[in-house]
Amino acid sequence: MSVEFRKELFADERDDNLNEIGKGTQRQDALGHVTGRSPYFDDHLFDGLLQIRCVRSPHHHARIRSVDFSQAANMPGVVKVIRPDDVPNNFNTLLSLLNFGRDDEALLSSKKVSYVGEPVLAIIASSDRQARDAVAAVKVDWEVLPHVLDVEEALKPDAPVVNEVYPNNSFDYHEKYDHQKLRYGDVETAFAQADKIIEGRYQMSPIEQAPVETNGAIAAPETNDRFVCYTSTQALFFSLGTAGKLLNVSSNRLHFIGGTVGGGFGGKVDSLVEPMAILGCMLTGKPCRFVWDREEEMQVGAPRGAERWYLKDGVMNDGRIIARQFTGYFDAGAYTRLSSYAIIKCTGHLPGPYHIPNVKSDVYCVFTNRTPATAMRGFGVTGVDFAIECQMDKIAHEVGMNPVEFRILNAYRDGDMKAHRREAKNCALIECAQVAAEKANWPIREEFKQASSMVGGGGERAAIPHTVTDEDGKIGDRRAGRSGGGRTRTIAPSSPAPAPAAYTPPPPPVPPPAAPSPAAQQPSYAHPAAAPAYQPSAAPASQPATPEAPPPAAPAPTPVPAAPSPESSPPSARPVNRPGYSRFASNSGFRRR
Amino acid sequence: MSIHKGRGFATINYPIGMNLGGDPSQALVHSNPDGKFGVALSSIDLGQGMKQVTRQIAAETLGVPVEDVYVDTADSDTGPHCMGSFASRGTHRVGNAVIQAAKEARSVMLEAAAEELEVNAADLETDGKGNIFVRGAPSRSISTGEACGAAQFKQGKTVSGRGIFLIPLSDVDPETGEMTPVSCYAHAALVVDIEVDDETGEVDVKQMNSAYEVGRALNPRMVEQQLVGGAWMGMSHALWETTEPYYPERTHGPADFNQYLMPGPGDIAPHDIAILERPAPDGPYGGKGPGEMCANPVLPAVANAVFNAVGVRIDELPITPEKVLRGIKANGGARPQGQR
Repeated sequence: MSVEFRKELFADERDDNLNEIGKGTQRQDALGHVTGRSPYFDDHLFDGLLQIRCVRSPHHHARIRSVDFSQAANMPGVVKVIRPDDVPNNFNTLLSLLNFGRDDEALLSSKKVSYVGEPVLAIIASSDRQARDAVAAVKVDWEVLPHVLDVEEALKPDAPVVNEVYPNNSFDYHEKYDHQKLRYGDVETAFAQADKIIEGRYQMSPIEQAPVETNGAIAAPETNDRFVCYTSTQALFFSLGTAGKLLNVSSNRLHFIGGTVGGGFGGKVDSLVEPMAILGCMLTGKPCRFVWDREEEMQVGAPRGAERWYLKDGVMNDGRIIARQFTGYFDAGAYTRLSSYAIIKCTGHLPGPYHIPNVKSDVYCVFTNRTPATAMRGFGVTGVDFAIECQMDKIAHEVGMNPVEFRILNAYRDGDMKAHRREAKNCALIECAQVAAEKANWPIREEFKQASSMVGGGGERAAIPHTVTDEDGKIGDRRAGRSGGGRTRTIAPSSPAPAPAAYTPPPPPVPPPAAPSPAAQQPSYAHPAAAPAYQPSAAPASQPATPEAPPPAAPAPTPVPAAPSPESSPPSARPVNRPGYSRFASNSGFRRR
Repeated sequence: MSIHKGRGFATINYPIGMNLGGDPSQALVHSNPDGKFGVALSSIDLGQGMKQVTRQIAAETLGVPVEDVYVDTADSDTGPHCMGSFASRGTHRVGNAVIQAAKEARSVMLEAAAEELEVNAADLETDGKGNIFVRGAPSRSISTGEACGAAQFKQGKTVSGRGIFLIPLSDVDPETGEMTPVSCYAHAALVVDIEVDDETGEVDVKQMNSAYEVGRALNPRMVEQQLVGGAWMGMSHALWETTEPYYPERTHGPADFNQYLMPGPGDIAPHDIAILERPAPDGPYGGKGPGEMCANPVLPAVANAVFNAVGVRIDELPITPEKVLRGIKANGGARPQGQR
């Protein structure tokens, strides 16, 4: 194994003469870690510490007819039974801290469970053994309901309703659609003009974050009517805010201590253990510990959610991708947690790090009867990157190109317009491809060795194309059996640049090879005339390319006269609040209390 | 029955920080009377090195040796608000907040030194070794400890600073998806060499060669740890791990590390890494977050290498021996695609 620094690349953008930055100084906490002295949440074992365990659903989907804990409450060591009614404000969604989405999940469920492992009751006992025994003695009368586990099954009109707050089994975006849209250019016209259409279906698996330290918290009464909570959280104030909301306690009565955590990888954001430990403390007046065991961590704690992707690419014989379409299904499990947000992040990432002039995407946040999904390393991106890069390999194979050269040919460069309508800056994909290939002794042709992220982007590649939009997938249409769509419209580019949705090739390599052979000066990607370029049906009048200039073209005709035309606002000055439009309404990033 | 060599490639980029912004982080910096500094955060050190990277950023900005700075993470009574350690946001967001706080503290320290040296603060520089001196006249100097002591005991000034970093919240257009998701991206490319046994379906990762672009390696050793560990996780995602092996069915779910498969020491492949640094214009000293993205190229690169080795496209993760064997069988045998 070796590590090298390629300091010669981008050297003129960097000052390497700094005192502390760039030095491999030993961590300030290394000594504590290697001697086993660094304190974690579970090192705060108060005298008389009580233990909490949950009664959990054995069913994917069931109504709770009754819960009988009379025997459990009288078992040795049992101090208190926590019922759903004991939770002061027993309904939350994690992103309510950002005003995103509706409350849809209880800390303890009282009427229905929607996944195996969903908690309905908690037992506080003097020891973990006693708490487990008492949990086993609780009798729940379940009425088992039909369940759905597959994302595409869950979207069918007759699928069981997983989450009553979202009765269509999909998250509501912008109070309008059952999915998040990305529309850039006109994929259908481009597909018709492509030499090849290449399609793929990809499935990302659910994955456990697998921290060595499982999720846990220890809460204790502090002086002056406060509570201290030692926690494994990855987000101290996220967990503090969530606990404050569920327990109806002001933030300054909560003293959260964490900061040194035994691995997280996204699995310690959900803030389920802290409120329960503090609630136990409030109900008993004693220190309480709530820690998941490994099985809970793996099967109840939220995993990286599965994602299913359908990709369709329109490709020219010389390897240029002229259109890419995505349909994605994120398996959120039974409750939203963070999946709705991951889809927005994912949409902003499409179509991957490539310059593709026509892009369309529909991504659904789907509720199924499984453990809710949450963040994990690469959240919203890892799954679709798997799909994109497998698809890229298939395309390279289909057009007979070296996969490294194929990536460099299509790579985004400084100044290119991205599908989310912002200019690419600070790019380095081409350089990474060149260096990795060189290290692996994978030969690429000279013109691809000479390519640069800093050259060849922008210009016509910065133009926002005429874009076809639609109103398919309004909330409730699918479940009601309405097609809901068919109406499409074309919106003018919001940049006054000429707007061909045709691929604009990067210029020949700069600088040119010292003594190029004729072949080397004719890179395969420098033949725009060799392939039919996509021409939009209604090209606007040609104007100078000034991609940063905000004034848009004239508003396009809109089929919904009452709706404000979002396209008439400059991209960087979009108002956050529009009529009937409440998501991300708070700029504070933190709930007001 | 035989072993087939395969080679796969993938490139990726990765958005740094919470998508759409709106995710502030704060930092407080203050000095003891002897010029030793503390940085108070509520950010979390998950083992990724949050404490150390912010410590180096604070020391660099203050102009003091790294030993003169300690960072405290995550006490809500003392550390100001931070959204948390996720979304590759720690280095970028918290690092910028620390720079702002440290700049404010530094300016007070230099004003105090200026008063002691009877010069203009604008003419002062730090040597990073604990000294403040007059530019062009290095003999006229005062130690950072003396300056901080004078500030507090003679001049009545707090050598302290407050910092916050916020990328304002972006909107998302419902019709087109127009948005300002993030301000910078990290990049990577990876070549993986594998061997596939067409009798057992097993995939053996033999070598990884990679290039990761991280903006600036603020602490190269910690970047190395992230990249090595992250690539291991990518390998593991590609070939071993899942909580639901027969997804969407919920059967056969592992309950512990005996059942939850991950590569062991004998499975780890040699990994030769090149680190590229194209500083992010708004990153702390150009730094981006290397944490999440380093796993991502490995998953597709391995899948692409399996196709190169035996001609089977496995589009569902993880790539288990069962799936490889079923694919080979469906093709009527291994179909090597040729050496790359």
